[in-house]
Amino acid sequence: MAKASRLAFGEALAEVGETNPRVVVFDADLSKSTMSMLFAKKFPDRFFEMGIQEANMIGAGAGMALSGMIPFVCSFACFITGRYDTIRMSVAYSKAGVRIVGTHAGIGIGEDGNSQMGLEDVGLMRGLPNMIVLQPADELETKQMVRFLANGHDGPAYLRLTRQTLPDVSPEGYRFELGKGMVLREGKDVTCFASGGTVANALVAANRLAEQGIDARVVNLSSIKPIDVDLIVRCARETGRIFTVEDHNVIGGMGSAVCEVLSEHCPTKARRWGLLDKFGESGTPEGLYEKYELDAEGIARRLAEFVKETPR
Amino acid sequence: MPTAASPTTDVATLKEIARKARINSIKMITAAGSGHPGGSLSATDLMTTLLFREMRHDPKNPRWEDRDRFVLSKGHCIPAWYCLLADAGYFPESELMNLRRLGSPLQGHPDCTVLDSIEACTGSLGQGLSIAIGIALAARVAKRDYRVYCMVGDGEIQEGQVWEALLSAAKFKLDNLVVILDNNKGQIDGPVAEVMPLEPILDKIRAFNWHVIDINGHDYDQILSALDEARTVQGRPVFIRADTIKGKGVSFMEGGIDWHGKAPKKEEMEKAIAELEAA
Repeated sequence: MAKASRLAFGEALAEVGETNPRVVVFDADLSKSTMSMLFAKKFPDRFFEMGIQEANMIGAGAGMALSGMIPFVCSFACFITGRYDTIRMSVAYSKAGVRIVGTHAGIGIGEDGNSQMGLEDVGLMRGLPNMIVLQPADELETKQMVRFLANGHDGPAYLRLTRQTLPDVSPEGYRFELGKGMVLREGKDVTCFASGGTVANALVAANRLAEQGIDARVVNLSSIKPIDVDLIVRCARETGRIFTVEDHNVIGGMGSAVCEVLSEHCPTKARRWGLLDKFGESGTPEGLYEKYELDAEGIARRLAEFVKETPR
Repeated sequence: MPTAASPTTDVATLKEIARKARINSIKMITAAGSGHPGGSLSATDLMTTLLFREMRHDPKNPRWEDRDRFVLSKGHCIPAWYCLLADAGYFPESELMNLRRLGSPLQGHPDCTVLDSIEACTGSLGQGLSIAIGIALAARVAKRDYRVYCMVGDGEIQEGQVWEALLSAAKFKLDNLVVILDNNKGQIDGPVAEVMPLEPILDKIRAFNWHVIDINGHDYDQILSALDEARTVQGRPVFIRADTIKGKGVSFMEGGIDWHGKAPKKEEMEKAIAELEAA
């Protein structure tokens, strides 16, 4: 099975709405795209269509959270995290348990182009105290994260979702745990940390590199904040080279977070891969992933290059 | 249900409470060496009426689920509200002189994470009404009958988010929500009418499908009748435009822009207190 994380999200939201009457959902005229409509259909009294008003939606979500509700506020990643001061004050500083959901993350959305692509959202959100930042890699993980956010977490959160279909990558019996990364493929020459839409591609890339004699470890780093310091340090010690790949600007994203950990705990040669301080553009999702080298071929090429350039 | 607000608090008593709150506001801002006396004084009569006559609340149980809520969207005017909270018994009056001090729950702008009688963190203007809307919607989901009061400033409503909020409160027919505009006509860079004109405010708000009431924000009979009228409105949120005087009660502050965000010196404080005591 392969599913867009936004679709898995909508399904999971409708499911947690069933068991938890305090779950409420807001959307800003994108419920058909974020898939929050799956909740809206089932629980019209707990769904609030806010129109094209992201800032007001975030603030109303904060009011709900401060009144004991469990609000999910949904829009595209770029629009919702663009209302930064409202998130900073009304949500993060207030410790209001608003679950901010940003879908359509990255260039993976394709034809709509840069204005609709969330490419700086992780950097923005992880810079806020009290905020956790999560990005699932497949359907199973998406659903587990939604359940966690509804029933296992009380505080501000950012959930980053993709538009595109994501192949299953989580092993059977996988349990999401806040602050934990997941080794999906063992390897000894280099560790590739990936998140969201790049995880499956990184796995394919690692299998291709095996044919070239490069043994790459692949880690799904879905909990970007808090981040798995122990795992990053262990991978650095064991493989000596750290590569990160994400559909996000390399400045401020998951790769930056990994490098911060490395610098402080275990200085190691690292390379961040993603959008190289660039904006996106229109194109097919496949065409864009090829051009920006986020497909399996591109990741394999950049990983191999890094390994060759970086003696242990 | 326990409540501090008593419908029998008469106007003479309200005026005495407000006089004390004004004096304490001046004292605490002077002690802190910074703060916003102008807007604190313009809002005092409105706030006094809310806390001591209108709202259902319990100082012994600040997070009582059925309490009426007050969101101070113009967060910089919090000194006046701190004074009233102390007077109502939420915390000791001695705490007031710790305003803006390191470690004090009386932060320069309201902080609900360190003071449980505060409903929301505000201070970045334009955000409080959205939060109030969320609180009002939560009452609907949870089937509670509390009411939500939100005070905004006239300079503040230049912010775009306020107009998003005005649209949405009307859409959701939030008749448990009352916005009070402290219309003191001044902001940091000058008169509101020059910095970014708002008039005709009432026409704008009416056009957004709110029930509008226009009063003098220092006239207790008008404040009380406006709040009574607000309770009778069904299917629409209520917007009370309260015309006020910045720095009300202190002659050398009244109407002046300079006292928006400046602390009095000790001699100025003494002069202000003498005037307030004599009034």
